[in-house]
Amino acid sequence: MEHLVDLPSYLDQDEDVKDRFARIKQRPIALEIKNLYKQFETPTGAKVTALKDINFTVHKREFVCVIGPSGCGKSTLIRILAGLETPTSGEIILDGKPVQGPGPDRGMVFQGYTLFPWLTVKRNVMFGLEQSGHSKVLAEEDARQWIDLVGLGKFEDSYPHELSGGMKQRVAIARALANQPRILLMDEPYGALDAQTRAKMQQYLMEIWQNIDITIFFITHDLDEAIYLADRILVLKAHPGEVNEIIEVPVPQPRSPEQLLSAEFLATKKRLEELIHPPSEEEEGVNSDHLNMVRMVGVDNEVESVF
Amino acid sequence: MSSFKQLFAVRKELRPRSRVMITVMSFALPLLLWCLVSYVPWLWHPKVEITEPGAVSYFKEGMLVDRELFDEESLKAKEASKTLPQGDPANPIYLPAPHEVAEAFYTAFTTPPKRRTEKWLHESLWDSIQVIFWGFFLSSLIGVPLGILAGTYDFFSRLFEPFIEFFRYLPAPAFGALAVAILGIHHAPKIAIIFIGTFFQQVLVISNTTRKLDPSLLEAAQTLGAKNKALLFRVVVPGVLPDLYRDMRILLGWAWTYLIVAELIGTSSGITWFITQQARYKNFDNVFAAIMIIGIIGLATDLILAQMGKRLFPWQRKAKA
Repeated sequence: MEHLVDLPSYLDQDEDVKDRFARIKQRPIALEIKNLYKQFETPTGAKVTALKDINFTVHKREFVCVIGPSGCGKSTLIRILAGLETPTSGEIILDGKPVQGPGPDRGMVFQGYTLFPWLTVKRNVMFGLEQSGHSKVLAEEDARQWIDLVGLGKFEDSYPHELSGGMKQRVAIARALANQPRILLMDEPYGALDAQTRAKMQQYLMEIWQNIDITIFFITHDLDEAIYLADRILVLKAHPGEVNEIIEVPVPQPRSPEQLLSAEFLATKKRLEELIHPPSEEEEGVNSDHLNMVRMVGVDNEVESVF
Repeated sequence: MSSFKQLFAVRKELRPRSRVMITVMSFALPLLLWCLVSYVPWLWHPKVEITEPGAVSYFKEGMLVDRELFDEESLKAKEASKTLPQGDPANPIYLPAPHEVAEAFYTAFTTPPKRRTEKWLHESLWDSIQVIFWGFFLSSLIGVPLGILAGTYDFFSRLFEPFIEFFRYLPAPAFGALAVAILGIHHAPKIAIIFIGTFFQQVLVISNTTRKLDPSLLEAAQTLGAKNKALLFRVVVPGVLPDLYRDMRILLGWAWTYLIVAELIGTSSGITWFITQQARYKNFDNVFAAIMIIGIIGLATDLILAQMGKRLFPWQRKAKA
């Protein structure tokens, strides 16, 4: 890939960033993924390895993004972390204890919002609190705080269908956070949002993360989003899903939109591009870079060439 | 031409005025067809109603005869230079004209029964409604919980559905004799037939509806700490409720279709008794009125239930105006 400007290496970190990563590594471990394997059986009986020997450690209050080409098993990984699927082998350790099955200690935000349509915004946020045995009064009080935190105080009595996509996702985040989970798992949460809303939501999430005690594990397929949000990026490769590289993002914290064009940002993006779209990896017989096109415009066409 | 195109746009809503007009037409067109056949003498009218028997010995005033027979007898009378019979084109007795049926709507309720032991029309109707209600209520009382269980847990699905799948092919009326033998001749066997006709479909329809619940809602609830019982009562049940309600409206319609068969079992009763009785007296205007009353009750109930549904489930996406 040719670049028109010279970029530094994504591995170069300035002193502050280096220092910060050193401090992060000193923090206690929030989540540990140990020798994780996941195999599926296809209907024809063939075995497919979705995840192969994943080892990864997340420190407390760290923001980790997971990125990888389609079929790398990133969704499977987060579903295993949430307890919605069981690994074939390996272990997930949360705060020193192995996890089994889904539970409120791991909040999850899905791409499809998954708000309960029959409950108002407030009752949605109260759902988890009531499950963990809070009294209704207490749950309501707590829920109000979380709704205010995501800026939807005026909408607490609205039903989900009355909200926009971005608002729904904010409710989903409030609902997950209300349980005060150890870790917040987010599975491509902004995949269905338009670019402006997405940028705003990223901003909100950064603010939330900076101000409350939460570790975030965030799946995305958007390179910019991963770099903009993450302390570290776990890059997976496909077939089978394996750890490709773990990147410490050299962009200083706290982040702001201007950094999207900084040299560190672009250097990281270049590296991610190389990892996710390697130049030589083409399926046999299919040229994925170009379509097999011949000129289908008449010689007497008004526009002879688009160039 | 463009307005014509608008009327037939694929999956596009019509403009409000066209919608109202076409909804009215949906009832007006069949009525118009009925009026045409009844009131335009040269449309159909295969019979002749005698107004003046003339020389034909067996013709009587008010008698309905086939038109061929009338023409034949007229020809004979003409050849013999006798008085010609007179008559008006008429439809068979089983097709009363709209105004006759409209009248019957009123008179059917005001005419006392022929015998003292027999029932007024409104009493017959009340009997029918009770039979429907109890049949449907008892079926739902067991069928809805079973359907939800079968749609939620594979265990119950395997346990119930294969047998129910088999049983639903057994025609409900076939159990008539059995039901009378066990339950006697009054309301009980009729309720049983409606129960059998509704219940098995109900379990299968509701288990299917339950299975259609978005599984990601269950996953979300699990990550929020909901366990087995909470998943069932706080996610599955409220989640399927609007669809379940819609299913029940459709199933109630099916229950009505079993009513006529059910009421013929044991001692004939209810609206069916009224219909068969009136048909025996050749009061076809009353028969038509009674059949239409069933239709009106059915449609009215459904409209009321639909309106109630809107109030019960305010979270359902509102239809665009």
